[in-house]
Formats: sequence, C-alpha cells, structure tokens
Amino acid sequence: MSGLIRTLAAAALLVATGPSLAAGGGDLDSAGTNVFDRASLQRGAALFVNYCMGCHSLQYQRYQRLAEDLDLSEAMVDEFLVKGNSELTDYMKSSMPYEESADWFGKAPPDLSLTARSRGPDWIYTFLRSYYLTDTGWNNTVLENPAMPHVLWDLQGTQRALTETVTDEDGNSRTRITSLELDSGGRLSPAEYDRTVRDITAFMEYVAEPAILKRERIGVWVLLFLAVFTFLAYLLYVEYWKDVKK
Amino acid sequence: MSKAAGPISRGVDAVDDWVNQRASVKSFYRQHLSEYWAPKNFNLWYFFGSLSLLVLVNQLLTGIFLTMHYKPDAEHAFASVEYIMRDVEWGWLIRYMHSTGASLFFAVVYLHMFRALMYGSYKKPRELVWILGVAIFLILMAESFMGYVLPWGQMSYWGAQVIISLFGAVPYVGEGLVEWIRGDYFVADATLNRFFALHVVALPMVLVLLVVLHLAALHEVGSNNPDGVDIKAKKDAKGRPLDAVPFHPYYTVKDIFGAGVFLMIAAFIVFFWPEGGGKFLKPDNFVMANPLVTPDHIPPVWYFTPFYAILQAIPDKLLGVITMGVAVLILFFVPWLDRSPVRSLRYRSWVSRVALGIFVVAFVRLGMLGLSQDSSTFELRLWTFVYFAFFILMPVWTSFEKTKPVPERVTS
Repeated sequence: MSGLIRTLAAAALLVATGPSLAAGGGDLDSAGTNVFDRASLQRGAALFVNYCMGCHSLQYQRYQRLAEDLDLSEAMVDEFLVKGNSELTDYMKSSMPYEESADWFGKAPPDLSLTARSRGPDWIYTFLRSYYLTDTGWNNTVLENPAMPHVLWDLQGTQRALTETVTDEDGNSRTRITSLELDSGGRLSPAEYDRTVRDITAFMEYVAEPAILKRERIGVWVLLFLAVFTFLAYLLYVEYWKDVKK
Repeated sequence: MSKAAGPISRGVDAVDDWVNQRASVKSFYRQHLSEYWAPKNFNLWYFFGSLSLLVLVNQLLTGIFLTMHYKPDAEHAFASVEYIMRDVEWGWLIRYMHSTGASLFFAVVYLHMFRALMYGSYKKPRELVWILGVAIFLILMAESFMGYVLPWGQMSYWGAQVIISLFGAVPYVGEGLVEWIRGDYFVADATLNRFFALHVVALPMVLVLLVVLHLAALHEVGSNNPDGVDIKAKKDAKGRPLDAVPFHPYYTVKDIFGAGVFLMIAAFIVFFWPEGGGKFLKPDNFVMANPLVTPDHIPPVWYFTPFYAILQAIPDKLLGVITMGVAVLILFFVPWLDRSPVRSLRYRSWVSRVALGIFVVAFVRLGMLGLSQDSSTFELRLWTFVYFAFFILMPVWTSFEKTKPVPERVTS
C-alpha cells in the first residue's frame, strides 16, 4: 500500500514538475480573468469587435454562438456585434483581405481564435499593457518590434520605457528596460484600462474554448454520479467478498 | 430452468439451446469467467489490467465518433478538430475523453508493467503473456504517436518531423526510408493521410488482436499473484484451487469498483483539467501546423519522454536511435534475464528491492529530463546507464541473492 502511494507520488511529481510550457516566456502579469463572468465577456466581445476585428478574425467562432453563450439575444448580437455584410450565422471573420494585409503590415494579422490556448491569457493581458512609444514608433516588452501598432492607445495613453545600463560577465554593457511609465494618460485611468484589457482577455479565453462555460458545471454532476456509483460498487464488492476474506 | 415456465422463458431456452448446439458459448463463459480461477489475494496492483482494457474500449468508442467528423487532410484537419470542439454536439467531451484516455492508457499500462516486474509475473510459465504484453506496449506507442499527429498542430507536425527523421539514421537506406514513410519530401498531406489510416484502422486491429492473445495466453496458464505462489498446486476434491475464487462474480465486482475510482480521476481531468497543465494537450498544438516555422522546443508527450531522454543521452544519431530501440526491446528478454528461483519481490532479498527502486527512480527521472530542452548531459547518461544496468545486471543479482522460502499457500 505504502509502495503504491510512493509510486503515485512519484508519478504526480513527474507530471507536476518540469519546465513551464507557457509560450512567450519572460515575466507575465497574472490576467486575473473570470471567464464565467458574463458581463465581462459581453464587454470583452464589444471591445474585440470594435478594436481587434478590423484586422483579426475569430475564424472558428460563430456570431450566433455569442448569443447562446453570453446571455444575449440574437437581435442584440445582430445589431451591435455583427459587422459589415456578415450574417448572424457566419464565422467572425475580419473584412481585411488576408493576402494583401501581409504586404501592408509585413505579416498578415493572425487569427486569434486559439491565442488564449496557445499563448495563455496572461500573455495576452501583459502584451496589451506593455506597449511603449519610442522615437521610431511603437514597441512592446512582451513581443519585440510587433507588426501591430498600439491600437488601444487612445484608451491607455502612451507609455515610455525606463532603462538601466547593465554590464554582463564579458564586460559588455547594454541597456535593459526596467519598467514602463505612463507618459500621457488616455481616456481611461490605469485601473480602468487594466479592466478593459482583462475583459478582452476573458473574451478571448472563452472564444478559445467555448465549452469551458459548461464543462465544469457538467463535470460536477458526472463526479457526483460516479461517487454514488463507486460507493454502490464498493458495497457490492464487500458483500460478495465477505465469505472469501476471513 | 423450470419446465412450467411461460412462453418467454421457453423461447429464451430454445434460443439458448440452439446457440449452444452450434457454438460452445457456455464453455467459453465458464472457461474465462465463472470458472476461471483467480488467486484470491490480488491487491491494488491487479486493477490496472482491467483498467487498461477499459481505456482501450474508451479509445475505440470515442475514436469512432471522432472519425465521423475529423478530416484527414492537411488543409482541413486542424479546422475539423476545432469544428468538433465547437459545433459538434458533445464533440468537446468526446475529444477530451480521447485525448485524456491516451495519457491515462500509458499511466495504467506503466503501472500494470511495474506490477509484473514486482511480482515476477513474466516468469515461467507466463513468458508468452509478458511477450505479448510488451508487443502491445510497442504497438500502443506507434498508435499514440500517429494519433498525436492527426490534429495537425505545430507539435503534431514537428513531432512527426523529429520522430520520422530518426529513421534517416539507418545506414545506406535511411534517406529513402524516411521518404517512403512520409510519402513526400517533407511531412505533408500524404503523411497525415497514411497516419490516419494506420491510427484508425490498421493499428487498432493489431492492438485488439494482441489483447485477445494476451488474455488467451494468461487464461491458459492462470494468473500470478503477489506471493508468486502456484495456486494450482493445492486443489480441493473437485479440482478447484484452494486459494482461488471464480473470476466472475468476485473479480468482476471488484474491478467494477476499481473502474469507478478510476473513472472519477478520469472525469476530473476531462471536465476540470483537460489540458493536463500543458502535458496532455500542449499549448503549441493550438497553432496550426506550419512547415516554415520551427518551434523553439519540440518535446514529446510525457509518456515518451523517458525513451526520448535516452535518445538525447547518446551523441551519435544512429547509436542514439539504436539505444532507444534497445531500451524498449530489452523488455522482451526480462523472463530470461531474471534467474531467481522465486517470483515475487516479497521472497527476494533487499538487493532486488533496491534494484527495482533505483530502476523506478531512473525511469521517472529520465521522463523528467526528456521534457526539458537543456537537461544536463551527465544526468541523462547517468540515468540511461542505470536504466540499462538494471536489465544487464539482473542475471547477476538474481542468481546470487539469497531468497526466502515461498509459502505453500497464499498469504492473507
């Protein structure tokens, strides 16, 4: 018995340790999203459609699904969220022509359906808060030299980078960004801006896996059923074996 | 059955007679269930055989439903998986059951194999049971590798690229062999198509056949037990082993209880932790395969990492591939490497216990090292050395160690 526990502990250790697989690396801020907060998802949907969908698609997400999942009526989704010539039953595709956009920006704006699963919510949250202005334009501490300008700048305002000069082991000195400082404020306070980015992130988390809204709820019932089933199976086992075990 | 029975039970009797005059269903039922005598002292470790079977059935059933919606086409495969996750009713559940099942399959199979090592279940007369089991393990590795390629994400693609290129180490024919496997000059649509065929049709058939043979071989010689005692040596007047119970109903009810516990763990992962912390479903695999962008790090899925670490430990590509292959194939020879007169670890000396303990540490540690891209070469080689030393030195310590007397009857 104790041998089993030790082996299982070793197996658990095997699964739990090892290098973090969070893509992007670096120090990311915790997004602190709550994907079950429908109001947050609704705000995030509106923000995404207004600020992101000019260029980025959600090619696996249907508009109609938003009504179903975010407690909205189809009429509301149709009126406020469906863009251009799209229909309610369409996938949420940007009207930006994909091929030409690669010429315009150097890189076609990627589809964002699964970004919350490939990069993680923390990455998105930190990325959208880490733009800073340099003499030559926008840069970002999470993704260096991004093809995308800071589209939320009128909300956040502009940040500049504070740097320090460090000398490495070989005696070469280089500058390193220590922090970002708000240079001139935007339409939102820093706290409001954080909440805005958190809403967008939560929405992208939902879009990456719409099933997340119901799977845990169903899971509770499945586990309850299995607990009862296993208990009955245990009683049956004890009943059958009482003659054998003396 | 009573002759005064009504028309329904008379009908059932008639069908029963008809079938049994033509096929020995009853004798099959007796031989494998109601009169298959299993030792009564099975412990926790004996759950993992039936659980492996349960997971196999889960993989076959969920796999059939995935096949109804999946498209084995480089253009559409990735999107069809997302279609399953979003637009197919309960598709997300079927997919998570299948992806979680793959990891759990290896978990229970590894524990099942460890049980055999612990109690000497491979020793005479059960060598064939063990050999068939190792064959199942080999086919399972191929099956899961090809299944992992099907979602056609970045890890699917580049994992396939890395593994297939290993065949390029074969002298003279390597390059041609790699092209023949891929069906193209690089991993492409042709590769995906053939892996689909192998994953969905060919390998499952081989797997099921091997499982049937594994069970048939086991039922021919009877199950071992934690004491390694031969239960057939002591029988009652009717010829029934004294220390055994009929598999049905005793072990069927016990295994149903075990299945309940196991399903709770499985359901917890499926509903609350389907990505397994990035170990069961990798973040990079949510990006569609792109032959032009190589990921920074291409780690294999967790259940392959011990063997991948052994590959990394060897600097030469060909030698590395051979060593990795031998690491699996050496398992076939365990019945003959073990020279001990007793089966179970319970009646062996501390030497065998320590050896098995160190082997488990080496295996787990290799698994951890294989996940990382900058593991120390020294550690990789150390544990690889320990892994092989366990098998190569097995004839030595099992010949010389002082064993304890094995009781005539099973304990407790």
